[in-house]
Amino acid sequence: MTTCEAMLERVQIPLAAESLSEERIAYLEKLVSQARAAAAVFTQFTQEDVDRIVKPMVLAGLGQAQHLARLAVKETKLGVMEDKVIKNMVATEFAYNYVKDKRTVGIIREFPERNLVELAEPIGVIFSLTPITNPTSTVLFKCIMAIKTRNAVIFSPHPNAWRCCSEAVRIMYEAALKHGAPEGVFSCLETHTLQDNAYLMRHKGIGLIDATGGPGAVKAAYSSGKPALGVGPGNTPVYLEKTADLNTAVVDIILSKTFDNGTICASEQTVVIDDEIYDLVLKKFAELRTHICNEKEAELLARMVIDPETGFMQAAAVGQKATDIGRLAGLSVKPDTKLLIAPIQGVGRKHPLSVEKLFPVLSVYRAKSVDEALKVCVDVNHAGGLGHTAVIFSRNDEIIRKFGEVINAGRILVNSPGSVGAVGAIYNDLVPTFSFGCGTGGGNSTTDNVNIYHYLNIKRMARRTQAHMWYRVPNQIYFNLNAVENVRQFPSRSTIIVTNPSLEQIGHVDLVRRYIPEGTHVHVSVIPDAEPEVKVVMQGVEALNFYKADQIIALGGGSVIDAAKIMKLKYESPDADLEELAAPFLDLRKRVVQYPTEKINRVRLIAISTTSGTGSEVTPFAVLTDKERERKVTLADYSLTPDVAIVDPQFVMSMPKGLTADTGIDCLTHALEAAVSTYASAYTDCNAMQAIRMAFKYLPIAFEHPRDEEARCMMHNAACIAAMAFSNASVGVNHALAHAFGARFHVAHGRANALMLPHVIAYNAAVPTKFLPSPYQKGYLAHKKYAMVADLLGLGGHTVDEKVKNLIVATEQLLDQLGFPRSIADLEISKEEFERAMPELTKLAFDDPSWRSNPRMPLMSELAELYWKAYEGRGQAKAVSASHRKSA
Amino acid sequence: MIAVLLKVDETCVVQALKEAGGKLDGVEGEVVLDFSPVTRIDAGGLIAMEEFANRADDKGVKVALRGVPVSVYKVLKLMKLASRFTFVN
Repeated sequence: MTTCEAMLERVQIPLAAESLSEERIAYLEKLVSQARAAAAVFTQFTQEDVDRIVKPMVLAGLGQAQHLARLAVKETKLGVMEDKVIKNMVATEFAYNYVKDKRTVGIIREFPERNLVELAEPIGVIFSLTPITNPTSTVLFKCIMAIKTRNAVIFSPHPNAWRCCSEAVRIMYEAALKHGAPEGVFSCLETHTLQDNAYLMRHKGIGLIDATGGPGAVKAAYSSGKPALGVGPGNTPVYLEKTADLNTAVVDIILSKTFDNGTICASEQTVVIDDEIYDLVLKKFAELRTHICNEKEAELLARMVIDPETGFMQAAAVGQKATDIGRLAGLSVKPDTKLLIAPIQGVGRKHPLSVEKLFPVLSVYRAKSVDEALKVCVDVNHAGGLGHTAVIFSRNDEIIRKFGEVINAGRILVNSPGSVGAVGAIYNDLVPTFSFGCGTGGGNSTTDNVNIYHYLNIKRMARRTQAHMWYRVPNQIYFNLNAVENVRQFPSRSTIIVTNPSLEQIGHVDLVRRYIPEGTHVHVSVIPDAEPEVKVVMQGVEALNFYKADQIIALGGGSVIDAAKIMKLKYESPDADLEELAAPFLDLRKRVVQYPTEKINRVRLIAISTTSGTGSEVTPFAVLTDKERERKVTLADYSLTPDVAIVDPQFVMSMPKGLTADTGIDCLTHALEAAVSTYASAYTDCNAMQAIRMAFKYLPIAFEHPRDEEARCMMHNAACIAAMAFSNASVGVNHALAHAFGARFHVAHGRANALMLPHVIAYNAAVPTKFLPSPYQKGYLAHKKYAMVADLLGLGGHTVDEKVKNLIVATEQLLDQLGFPRSIADLEISKEEFERAMPELTKLAFDDPSWRSNPRMPLMSELAELYWKAYEGRGQAKAVSASHRKSA
Repeated sequence: MIAVLLKVDETCVVQALKEAGGKLDGVEGEVVLDFSPVTRIDAGGLIAMEEFANRADDKGVKVALRGVPVSVYKVLKLMKLASRFTFVN
């Protein structure tokens, strides 16, 4: 009902409006000025104000439906008066039925579960082109939409439908004005030229062009640089499939194709009929006053209704009666004939009747198979009907689905008429419209039935959502001296103990074996004391398979426990692709790669840690070395978390001093980073704070007095508690820096952390150059969190700054006490060598996912600065510390 | 600078502005129009405001609007009239 007017639009709208007189420009300016004022005034109207105007407008339109139909037929000489009455009634009554309860002012829709609200903002002034084929109904419809959405409209009717359209505008305007609409809300160009349209399409006072016209008008609208709604031409294919209800199909096609003498552009153009029913279908058509053309008649008809030069329909045929067209073509048809049917053998220029025909001439095609039928429908669809409308009559859901997949049409109508069906709200639940969006296939911006929502700017107010957080740890953690005894409560047929040689030598494996229930087959899998390699993990998986293990006991430090985690993963889900699972991600819950949930084996993982640092016994992380590809693979998923953690200090009593210090500082770094992380929560804070407190108190004692059971126990627990914090809150930039530095210069992880730690605290406590977006945090908290830590440690200070400084001092003191080097330079790394390594270091540190939860987003330059600070080293810790302690 | 306060009646903005326009002759400096009773403005009111602004310009009088509700302020913005006035609360 819209832009199917290619042949009626003889001249395309020019892109420029040079030839307008001053008087004409003044006239057009006045129209725009009035419309702008009306639109501005309209913004003050409430929903109730608007609805009070719409209803009487609709009633006025309904009351004048016949009057306007008569005018339209008289002026345009197209279509059927009675059908135009129906169109006018649909354009008013059906449109009203759709819009009456819709909110179009203020808040129009609410989505409380998403914290989203949609609000309406009017467009302002709409410049509307209306067609010759459906002149008055289109005007009525657009007036109702405009008032409902508080917009003003300047109408530019097709020149051959100007009188009836301006009358329709007048009726709507008077009704609207009478019930409170702003003056100047509607206007209609008095006799206009294409230059008028060009001028208005580019006018800064126009907010939207709604072009319901021929392709030229649509193209001009889209080329104007203004937001535009332009709707394209059609060429509706119909597939009449053999399972269809033929009586219904034939009547639907006739009523649709003959409605208003076929002027609706959604009407049927070519019916593709299955071979099995072809003859029967034509017989049924013939019984209902349809003339079936023979080959000769079809040729005559094509010659009369299709322009041989352009291949498009002849303007003279548009909207004419079947009998008149038949007579002009030289056919002998009965006087009561309502439709002419012409068989065609293909689609394209060699088959002239396969194009759009806005008159009661229908082409039919006999298809030998479903496949052929669908292909011919696609051909018709692509012969000028892309994005518009298509119809299928069938009871076969599979064929209906396939038709929907291959046809590009905004409206795919099933078992219903094309023209009357596409209008919506009669045969289906499509939105009622007189403007069919045809998508990009038709050069349009939408495939929708154009409606009130296209006349609105929809504003979305998104309230901040309370982000869901989590706290996940193993559901069984046994701790303190002799906690290993709890192994006995886990029944097993076959257990593999994964450990490393030194732990076996010092008797730790025997200690564990003592508590494994009798009757359990136990196999010890000894792996090298280093970051696990793929090869080592796969050997472990072989052992698990060989012994049909139902339990793994990982006895060792982070490397052993990590190896056991990956062995479990590959044993339970052999198809798990470690490379793919290590893919980077920003948010654990939105990650692209999902860990396998289907498992062919089930095995319990008990992790017994023998160092007090990594906390791997409770974390969801595992690091693997892929020597073949010379890279590390970091896996992170809560499915990797051990089922049971045993934190028994007797396994760490013999840790050497260096390892005690390294792992202890790793624990402290975990806790400090988790405390200020953007993922920190009340749940992780309690872990982090407690671990910090324990580390500050017991790490120096465990370092100085390795056999001190209480200190060892507390540090072992602290490592596990810190790990529970960072398992959920993650770590930060300290780890990113330490990972890159440690790998490049072969420095132990804890030691690398220690070199960075005081500098990172100072860095995070300062005002960030860049804040890191985080829905979990309100405001910047890092400095306040550090101050809380200082308070917890009793470091004193009155202001946040003082407290942060005291924490840095206390940290430096601790590092000194543990004998850590003060600077990277102390490691005998030359400045030149460090400088050379800097680009690679900063690149690696920036790529490291650890900082993604750091409170401050590091710039590359800041990473370099931090490295240089660490190189130069911490300085007067003792001197500053003393003064602060004193003041505290 | 002398500020003259004139009240604009919600029910007859056009008339009120016409009357205010007539009083511009005796004003030097600034005139303040109290818009607080005006909760809505129509097309006639907009024309009257533009005319009033033109007249004030001719006489070198600045016009301040007091108590303009945001809905009316938005209308003035849309009509590019807001820049013709100053606004006071």
